[in-house]
Amino acid sequence: MIAQVGRSAVAGIKAVGRFGQFVSDMVRALPDVATWGRLTLVQMRRVGVDSLPVALFIAAFTGVVLALQASYTFTGTVPLYFVGTLVGKTMMLELGPVLAGLALAGRVGASMAAELGTMRVTEQVDALETLAYDPQSYLVVPRVLAGTAMFPVIVALAILTGILTGWLASLVLLDLSTQEFIKGLKLFYRFKDTWFGLFKSATFGFTITLVGCIVGLGTRGGAEGVGRSTMQAVVYSAVLLLVLDAFWAMVLLR
Amino acid sequence: MIQFQDLHKAFDGKQVLTGFTLDVKDGETLVIIGYSGSGKSVALKHVVGLLHPDAGDVTVDGRAVSTLDRPRLAALRREIGFVFQFAALFDSLNVADNVRLGLERRGLPADEIAERVHEALALVDLTGTDGRYPAELSGGMRKRVGIARAIALRPRYMLYDEPTTGLDPVTSAVMDRLMVRTREHLGVTGVVVTHDMRSAYTVGDRIAMLYEGRVRQVGTVEEIQHTEDPVVRQFIEGRPS
Repeated sequence: MIAQVGRSAVAGIKAVGRFGQFVSDMVRALPDVATWGRLTLVQMRRVGVDSLPVALFIAAFTGVVLALQASYTFTGTVPLYFVGTLVGKTMMLELGPVLAGLALAGRVGASMAAELGTMRVTEQVDALETLAYDPQSYLVVPRVLAGTAMFPVIVALAILTGILTGWLASLVLLDLSTQEFIKGLKLFYRFKDTWFGLFKSATFGFTITLVGCIVGLGTRGGAEGVGRSTMQAVVYSAVLLLVLDAFWAMVLLR
Repeated sequence: MIQFQDLHKAFDGKQVLTGFTLDVKDGETLVIIGYSGSGKSVALKHVVGLLHPDAGDVTVDGRAVSTLDRPRLAALRREIGFVFQFAALFDSLNVADNVRLGLERRGLPADEIAERVHEALALVDLTGTDGRYPAELSGGMRKRVGIARAIALRPRYMLYDEPTTGLDPVTSAVMDRLMVRTREHLGVTGVVVTHDMRSAYTVGDRIAMLYEGRVRQVGTVEEIQHTEDPVVRQFIEGRPS
């Protein structure tokens, strides 16, 4: 029992050490702009543009549900224009960033882990090194930068979509006028609502892509290993995303 | 000159190399033979710093590989062409781009890159395959692209990791001919890791057998063919124990 705890502790310390080494290697690769510059644009398209449909789809239905649930909760006690307040605040502060983040943890994190894991087990990463490329510059930096830059863009569009569908649902299903919805939307709005959600989503993008890269490049053991890495990337990303979500709420919203 | 100096390497407590010592002379092609899992590829990967030794080292022209910092290691890698067991081509790049990638890293002008890509593909008899992707190629063609990618860099050393594994006898013979042609064309020093004895006899000037983590015997092709060492004899004759 004690030996097992000891082994787990040592494994945990080693994992933290590997993580620190990986991040330090990534930072060291940043001056190599000639390698990662062009590749980052390619990744921005893959992470950003290609991920938009799933993020907007989720946001669209979330907006509708939020409007209907708000109306259901407020009936008879709270003025109905508060539907706009709840849809706006919830989309901006929480559901926009977190739901899009969780969806992209599956889509982006898993695909990066699978791609890099396959490259690792088929010796493509070794081949890159023998061609005198740094895998950090060629593979990791473009992905992490693209994730960090594009997640706020995706989340901003998801928030707008959610508010838009929330407004449409209010208009069509709740008999709420546009003026009332906008009155509610503006009621407790602070600029912090906007930047908090976008800043948080940038940290989600950084975390999800970094985890995808670390897990992917650490893959061992052929097809089974790639499958295991893909699953780990999704689980670790989702857990870290929720921890980060709570962390930023404690640090920035108190 | 490449020198393996008392190389030790273990994975998860399992000792793979236990004092592997061997010199590869300039201009020769040395073949390392041995059973599957005997550590041949492990030894080869130490030459380009893909693996770090637990003890001992590999030196290339007097440079101890494990002590090189990143810029010096990158400079060393520019002198070495490495052909991987399963070619390790980049799936997302077509044939020409696979060959071009290493040349772009060297900052060569575009017209010289195009010329070298064309020349390298011609040398491996793959002219006209520029736009095809690795998934569209046979195993033998993929390995030839791997050779083209390495020789396009005009290296001083060529390292081949199991170049004929998984190929039919005719395609294996084509690979052997390519390795010989590459040596004649570029005058490179070569190290070939294989357990294909026909290939070893064709391409090698000398053959070394790796057994239980160290060199069991090293000699010319004729010396190995007429060896009296029972372990080497059993291996080259393919007799089960």
